[in-house]
Amino acid sequence: MDKAVGVLALQGAYQKHIDMLHALGVPAHTVRQPHELDDCFALIIPGGESTTISLLIQKNGLYKPIKAFAENHPVMGVCAGMIMMATEVDDDRVTPLGLIPFKALRNHYGRQVHSFTTDIELDFDSKGPAFPAIFIRAPGVDKLSDDVQTLARNNNNDEAVIISKGHHLALSFHPELTDDTRIHAYWLSHFSSS
Amino acid sequence: MNDRPDTNQDSFAVKIGLAEMLKGGAIMDVTNAEQARIAEDAGACAVMALERIPADIRRDGGVARMSDPEMIQQIKDTVSIPVMAKCRIGHFAEAQVLEALEVDFIDESEVLTPADEANHIYKHNFKVPFVCGATNLGEALRRIGEGAAMMRTKGEAGSGNIVEAVRHMRALQDEMKRLTTLGQEQLMAVAKDLGAPYDLVCYVAEHGKLPVPNFSAGGIATPADAALVRQLGAEAVFVGSGIFKSDDPAARAAAVVKATTHYDDPAILLEVSRGLQPGMKGLEMSEIPEEERLAVRGW
Repeated sequence: MDKAVGVLALQGAYQKHIDMLHALGVPAHTVRQPHELDDCFALIIPGGESTTISLLIQKNGLYKPIKAFAENHPVMGVCAGMIMMATEVDDDRVTPLGLIPFKALRNHYGRQVHSFTTDIELDFDSKGPAFPAIFIRAPGVDKLSDDVQTLARNNNNDEAVIISKGHHLALSFHPELTDDTRIHAYWLSHFSSS
Repeated sequence: MNDRPDTNQDSFAVKIGLAEMLKGGAIMDVTNAEQARIAEDAGACAVMALERIPADIRRDGGVARMSDPEMIQQIKDTVSIPVMAKCRIGHFAEAQVLEALEVDFIDESEVLTPADEANHIYKHNFKVPFVCGATNLGEALRRIGEGAAMMRTKGEAGSGNIVEAVRHMRALQDEMKRLTTLGQEQLMAVAKDLGAPYDLVCYVAEHGKLPVPNFSAGGIATPADAALVRQLGAEAVFVGSGIFKSDDPAARAAAVVKATTHYDDPAILLEVSRGLQPGMKGLEMSEIPEEERLAVRGW
């Protein structure tokens, strides 16, 4: 039975996502092995180091199980997780899952000293307050396919920072590091209601 | 590109953000590009670039300083994961050099010879985040007050002996738990006793944890060591001499990474602990004279 949101917990900011899902009243648990996907109705791939997470997905035998899971379950990828969602990455140390057709550019904004925060507007909550987006060694988005929706842009350079296709969502910044649950809530409502 | 955070608070959130991304991972000491590649291939989430690993610093003696920026640059050019580097306690000019080099994290480390016996670096002045070591809660909160975005146990670096890291993690966790049981009227007295900033004491009393990620370092030599400190509350581990002082660094590095991820799964810990070549020999604490202990550096 599909009961919980799984959060891939090989490495990275997984606990913050679990805390945020719990704050929304949604059951959530860690996923470190394939069988832990069995009772999940959705999966979050959190931020962390993309080369590390990619490697650990392979070493823990999760690559094919996650791809199969994503065929009929929603997946949200954040930062490193966004890179994993891509069909193409500008670094062959990462083997992406290919869930959303775009090319991910690793460390697009540079190293840690160039990490930043900025307010962004959410297309799905255009009347609401701006979202305090935290970008940590964040990826960029290139070669976006026409069938991919852009749900938010960086005001400073107009680049897409939230994209979606079907029930999959990918974002280059970190909502789990704030107290603002709107993006998680939007993703959950998007497919729970359809 | 807007890379200047608007406020100091934003800037601190960005620094803590990178520390959050390193959670659940293993950060490994490396002394050259080849070791950095081995660490990355094994699944390390970051590397610490330094000229000599702590076990060799301990053996060689003399003054241990910031590493040659050229060596750090080569490691940055080799791996895609974050690169950290160490500066001496209180040596803010070394930290300025490392920031200009754009390392991703600076460890103001007791492993190097302290430059200032009275003061640590005022870390809020930097854009690059800092990690500092602590042996207890008061020390951790003083470093966070100065702007550290990540804490780690000091342990006893280069000893291959986990006992000090365990002592420090337990001391920290015990003190944090105790604070959650106290009344508000008791917290100023606690701040006085600990020598810690009052607002941070209040934060710990309310949340039962540090306001920044809390990792473990110092003496981790085996996969089971990594699992032990994770189960005691460390959110990630630093592995120093334990990897490249062992007989098969690549296999040991991969095993430590897996043990860090699956820290509470004994079946996997068993699997990764089997058949490793001998680990570093290590030192019993009584073999290390008081004046050669690193954990007592800083305050």
